[in-house]
Amino acid sequence: MGYAKQPDFGTPEVRSDHTVTLSIDGREVTVPEGTSVMRAAAEIGGDIPKLCATDMVKSFGSCRLCLVEVEGMRGTPASCTTPVTEGMVVKTQTPRLEKLRRGVMELYISDHPLDCLTCSANNDCELQDAAAEVGLRDVRYGYDGAHHLGQVPDLSNPYFLFAPDKCIVCSRCVRACDEVQGTLALTVEARGFDSKISAGTAKDDFLSSECVSCGACVQACPTSALMEKSVKQHGKPERSVVTTCAYCGVGCTFRAEMRGEQLVRMVPWKEGKANRGHSCVKGRFAWGYANHKDRITSPMIRDSIDEPWREVSWAEAISYTAGRLKDIRAQHGARALGGITSSRCTNEETFLVQKLVRGGFGSNNVDTCARVCHSPTGYGLKTTFGTSAGTQDFDSVEHSDVILVIGANPTDAHPVFASRMKRRLREGAKLIVIDPRRIDLVRSPHIEAAHHLPLQPGTNVAVLTAMAHVIVTEGLVDTQFVAERCEVDAFEDWARFVADESHSPERLEPVTRVPAEELRAAARLFATGGNGAIYYGLGVTEHSQGSSTVMAIANLAMATGNIGRPGVGVNPLRGQNNVQGACDMGSFPHELSGYRHISDAETRALFESDWGVTLDAEPGLRINNMLDAAVDGTFRAIYIQGEDILQSDPDTKHVAAGLEAMDCVIVHDLFLNETANYAHVFLPGSTFLEKDGTFTNAERRIQPVRRVMDPANGYEDWQVTQLLANAMGLGWDYGHPSEILTEIARLTPTFAGVTWERLCEEGSLQWPVNEANPDGAPVMHVDGFVRGKGHFVVTEYVPTDEKAGPRFPLLLTTGRILSQYNVGAQTRRTANTAWHPEDLLEMHPTDAENRGLNDGDWVRLASRKGETTLRIKVTDRVAPGVVYTTFHHPETQANVVTTDFSDWATNCPEYKVTAVQVSASNGPTDWQEDYADLAERSRRISHEAEGEPAE
Amino acid sequence: MDRIDQIVARHADREGPLLPILHDVQAELGAIDTAAETRIAYLLNLTRAEVHGVVSFYHDFRAEPDPRPVVQVCRAEACQARGIEAMMPAVAAAAGDRVRVETVYCLGLCSVGPNARIGDDLHARLDEGALTKLVERA
Repeated sequence: MGYAKQPDFGTPEVRSDHTVTLSIDGREVTVPEGTSVMRAAAEIGGDIPKLCATDMVKSFGSCRLCLVEVEGMRGTPASCTTPVTEGMVVKTQTPRLEKLRRGVMELYISDHPLDCLTCSANNDCELQDAAAEVGLRDVRYGYDGAHHLGQVPDLSNPYFLFAPDKCIVCSRCVRACDEVQGTLALTVEARGFDSKISAGTAKDDFLSSECVSCGACVQACPTSALMEKSVKQHGKPERSVVTTCAYCGVGCTFRAEMRGEQLVRMVPWKEGKANRGHSCVKGRFAWGYANHKDRITSPMIRDSIDEPWREVSWAEAISYTAGRLKDIRAQHGARALGGITSSRCTNEETFLVQKLVRGGFGSNNVDTCARVCHSPTGYGLKTTFGTSAGTQDFDSVEHSDVILVIGANPTDAHPVFASRMKRRLREGAKLIVIDPRRIDLVRSPHIEAAHHLPLQPGTNVAVLTAMAHVIVTEGLVDTQFVAERCEVDAFEDWARFVADESHSPERLEPVTRVPAEELRAAARLFATGGNGAIYYGLGVTEHSQGSSTVMAIANLAMATGNIGRPGVGVNPLRGQNNVQGACDMGSFPHELSGYRHISDAETRALFESDWGVTLDAEPGLRINNMLDAAVDGTFRAIYIQGEDILQSDPDTKHVAAGLEAMDCVIVHDLFLNETANYAHVFLPGSTFLEKDGTFTNAERRIQPVRRVMDPANGYEDWQVTQLLANAMGLGWDYGHPSEILTEIARLTPTFAGVTWERLCEEGSLQWPVNEANPDGAPVMHVDGFVRGKGHFVVTEYVPTDEKAGPRFPLLLTTGRILSQYNVGAQTRRTANTAWHPEDLLEMHPTDAENRGLNDGDWVRLASRKGETTLRIKVTDRVAPGVVYTTFHHPETQANVVTTDFSDWATNCPEYKVTAVQVSASNGPTDWQEDYADLAERSRRISHEAEGEPAE
Repeated sequence: MDRIDQIVARHADREGPLLPILHDVQAELGAIDTAAETRIAYLLNLTRAEVHGVVSFYHDFRAEPDPRPVVQVCRAEACQARGIEAMMPAVAAAAGDRVRVETVYCLGLCSVGPNARIGDDLHARLDEGALTKLVERA
């Protein structure tokens, strides 16, 4: 595909049951009622010149270029603000209109630099196009009068610039920020001739402003006034490829706009069903890591982790690795081997890794990073609803009346979905936030939660049970829904349980610290406010009662009848691009793809005959059990694809001890990550730009990922896994990921109708795609639950064993920030560090004062497990007694302090509650210093040829 | 900042409280600076940009206090036709640095121009002498 602009219909699409037929330039067109004349003209291929209109924002009618003549109407109305009417006769090109448009255009150009040939928007500029369309031949007004030329550009944002002299003050950027992103960071300053786009007050530039760098303004700009710096640097793209973002679980689709193999810019694809043409700072701009100097592109091996790395050929690396694995298997048995699949990799790559472990290594010791994030979602929703996935698509939020957000911070972690949610909130939907921290959604411009329940970390189940208590005892249950759709006996047990006085908000207030009256009001609102939708994140799952909380959420949704239609549902916001997919693909030790238990002989037989192997009927080890077994000496080798368990998993010292005890640690990654400090084999990985495959987002949407450049390391990740498999004698011969997808569809009922060709044609599919749902299922459990009847589960609140006490009086909870992503391996290697250069510990002013600490001080953060140092930020976002930090930077290693407590059902670690003490500090802890030494030693790469003269 | 909080609290129940608040802040504090914009934005749950957009739109809101007396002189078409432009050098000389002379476009008294305004008082049928005297006495 060559480079073509995305189509722009000028005004947004209108949905209506009624249509209107009119005539435009002698051609008939039928469009939904409420459509603008401009859009109607565009639908039949017409092109009315326009500058202030674009279909991502509402019409505004300021540029006066899109004037048309309408029979029977006086004057020349603007086509963008004129709705169609039945029988309307419109002329878009007449001598009168030409003259008017040319006059308007002449005025625009009289105050615009005529440097088109050297402008970075040359040939990609709507002002230039409009001048051509109206046939501008002469500008009679010179530059002698007042003008706006020569103004200094604002270069403060690392990714885009603002050049005021190129600006025509159409306010598309302001409106995109208001309507699409919902941040409202921009304005038109002053008035008349002095009008200028401004990012906040007189003291603000783009970087210091409230701007979140989502890129919507840049996309909206018709000229080069707001322009990606990368386009200025590389020039106009020459082709574009539609692909899927590899950051969070929203799964935005982008056009990767290319020059040769150089990525020029990522632009959100308007037809993307998850993002609907929007983006965030990560997907839009933070892709520079792909070519970062730290990227390793040659395989490396070493016999022991004390040695420097030795760069070797792929052939040597693979045969060395296969040899070691075979030796270990011969000596210690198949169960001494295991692997970890990655939620960052494609479905096909994930599927192959678990196939290699099960079919090649011969054990079920395969786990995935979803273990440490959403494994309780899988367990909880499977138990209650019958399927391990969220119930809705993202469009559903447009129909919600009450939105309950618990343990999630969408504006930071799922920004594009947050923008869609905020749009609905601005339309009047009510919001309830359950979170120990006052996240932005609680109160930020034009958004205010009706209720914020700032609970004590670790008391989710108590709060949700108390809400259920209110709903049941105040008679707010949707009895018809429960009677028709749920198991009545289980419901009655549950209702009796929650109705007990011991679960009243008043009785639980001392535990949850949520004012009872506020909790009651929130419960009433959720039960009676119309369509109620629940969105949750890792603040729900990463607890010792993570699975219980997921089930408590499901109970609440069923009891209020909020399942099975648009606008309602239970929606896990997935942390990583392919968490859903990694779980679907059989990455858990006890499950084959499609969540079928490994002990089920029929399922096993299906795979055994297809793969030509014998599978172990016993579930294998989970990540933490692998590490325990390694310390005990029974687990000896691990293949880790695309996950940095040392930094991301809890209790860093325990992870380090486990890795250190293994004979062979194989790390397959883009960078020498922290885990690689303990590795013997490093297999360089490929980025999402360098491979074909599919990702599955939080709404079960399977979307194609497309290769836009050759892998810098030589192979796509699935090819590396195949090389290793074949070196172990498995004889695979996949030529393209589409063949792997075919195998997945063949072996997985929920994927039965999925093919690569169909995905390419339709853009995406939401599983299940099977006989019952041939085109997929945007909303699940419509006529009945997947398991038959919905199952209420009694969720008794059990306090975590991790308790604050005299030595560790504060509770630490962790989270993510907008500009950084998880362990930061990617975002730390981009200019996103401009916003978040280090991890900070948020602390309430009272706690800080008690310790004599000031904003910005270095502090020691200690738990029963370990200690680290970082700087504090004093803020009342957190309640007294609670501290909060992010885990994006290896220098901080926040997980040195987290514990190995975990979810009772799935072992998902309890990241969100750690008892800590915070005190003044002068510098790094011993662990940090020792670890920095180790990391430096461990990353040495020997270059034997070094020092020899170049030939 | 307490003053701003009090002013905002005074108008909290109004629908669209921003303009009345800005008028009071300008009147009581003499200016609406960046800090004031930021505080008002926070209290009304608006963005800094939104408040700045409104403040910068109206000439009556100032970013910095200016304690000088103000004389507003109309220089719109009708007053121009009645000779205001020729008087402006004398007005400027009379004002010096002591008085701030602001140009406005129309005070709504076109038939009796040239016109000027000081505070809430309107002055009509001005000639150069009357106008410079007004400026000197401002």
